[in-house]
Amino acid sequence: MNHFVLHDAADTVAVVVVEGVKAGMELNGWIMDDNRHIKMTAAQDIPIGHKIALKDLKTGDTVIKYGIDIGKVVKDIRAGEHAHVHNIKTKRW
Amino acid sequence: MIDSKTTFLGYRRENGRVGVRNHVIILPVDDLSNAACEAVAHNIKGTLAIPHPYGRLQFGADLELHFRTLIGTGANPNVAAVVVIGIEDGWTKRVVDGIAATGKPVTGFGIEGYGDHETIKRASKVAKEYVQWASEKQREVCPISELWVSTKCGESDTTSGCGANPTVGAAFDKLHPLGNYLCFGETSEITGGEAIVAARCANDAVRERFLFMFNRYQDMINRWKTDDLSESQPTKGNIAGGLTTIEEKALGNIQKIGKKCTVDGVIDKAEMPTHPGLWFMDSSSAAAEMVTLCAASGFVVHFFPTGQGNVIGNPILPVIKICANPRTVRLMSEHVDVDTSALLQSELTLEGAGDKLLECMLRTANGRLTAAEALGHREFVLTRLYESA
Repeated sequence: MNHFVLHDAADTVAVVVVEGVKAGMELNGWIMDDNRHIKMTAAQDIPIGHKIALKDLKTGDTVIKYGIDIGKVVKDIRAGEHAHVHNIKTKRW
Repeated sequence: MIDSKTTFLGYRRENGRVGVRNHVIILPVDDLSNAACEAVAHNIKGTLAIPHPYGRLQFGADLELHFRTLIGTGANPNVAAVVVIGIEDGWTKRVVDGIAATGKPVTGFGIEGYGDHETIKRASKVAKEYVQWASEKQREVCPISELWVSTKCGESDTTSGCGANPTVGAAFDKLHPLGNYLCFGETSEITGGEAIVAARCANDAVRERFLFMFNRYQDMINRWKTDDLSESQPTKGNIAGGLTTIEEKALGNIQKIGKKCTVDGVIDKAEMPTHPGLWFMDSSSAAAEMVTLCAASGFVVHFFPTGQGNVIGNPILPVIKICANPRTVRLMSEHVDVDTSALLQSELTLEGAGDKLLECMLRTANGRLTAAEALGHREFVLTRLYESA
């Protein structure tokens, strides 16, 4: 089962695609562009559709998804944590 | 799944265009005429009133867009015939004349000097003739290239970008070489991915026009914004679904144009494309506004990917819903036409997902009602550019 998917091997966040991901769970990930699989441990509960950080991210870092800049980190995120509006903001508008 | 020999059964109209529905619509020019239009549609079974809240004291580009949208709606090949009702004769005639250029039956009625009762009586007589005439129209075999297909996503979440939108992209990549007219838009929702769309433009002239439209929309947002648009773009629903920033949403959005399609032209809102290929239409990212504009531009089938479960339909344009979020598919199955959630479990290839959508497209074109049609979703929303005079 794929618990999370990412588009590009360089992505620093990935999308949880199943319900019921809880802190401590060992997760299987699928890199869609390379058709390759990776593993990651969830550090927090993460709802379906929400993102998991694949590495430690520091405030001010650029977040990469689709291999491209999707915004900036506004609060440090550790690998495996829930990455969303509480720790990432747009660089536009 | 499809090639240049693929056909569907459509209604060929007087101007040669092909529709997949056979509506007789009762079209108000303005808000004041909704009641009469609805009364006619109530009297004459099989006709459809399309009420809306605008059409008075508009001016300039906003008024031009109003006329272009109403005329385009009546001119759409999914419409067999049109009864137009307005409060007065002048603007009513302008809408009638615009639709009449297609050669289809259209008659207008002004309410002033007659009142609702007399107008409803006169318009009902014409509507009855039209609906009986239209009911004898037969579908005929048409090449797939005559199907004009538009797309716009809504209540997106992260599964849209990795499942439902790439499904549309896979289908567009197969339709584009066949010479279909295709359309995407949602100008604000390109923000963060504009360089990718610009790079896909077929030539410098198209690229320049695309960037003009993109920058014009950015200027509008910068003029009116009071914050970073969080909760508007992305919407509250997008955020609940896991989308965090406009850049992330935009990169998911543009998966709909596939991996191979070039962007071959750019149109303003409700303008009609002039040659086959993929067109970018400058447009709002609000679902019903954009889909209404696609119908007014002449598109006859619409691909609508959703993540969290947007329920939109359109009075004349069949809206096919594609969803890859297994939770939404489970909780809102009555709204989903094409389930591609298996993509996210590697149990369905992208090509297989695209083919599944194309199969649904052909069945829809041949007459099968979409979920939104069966559920009675007929959202018709006119885009406004600024206040009335």
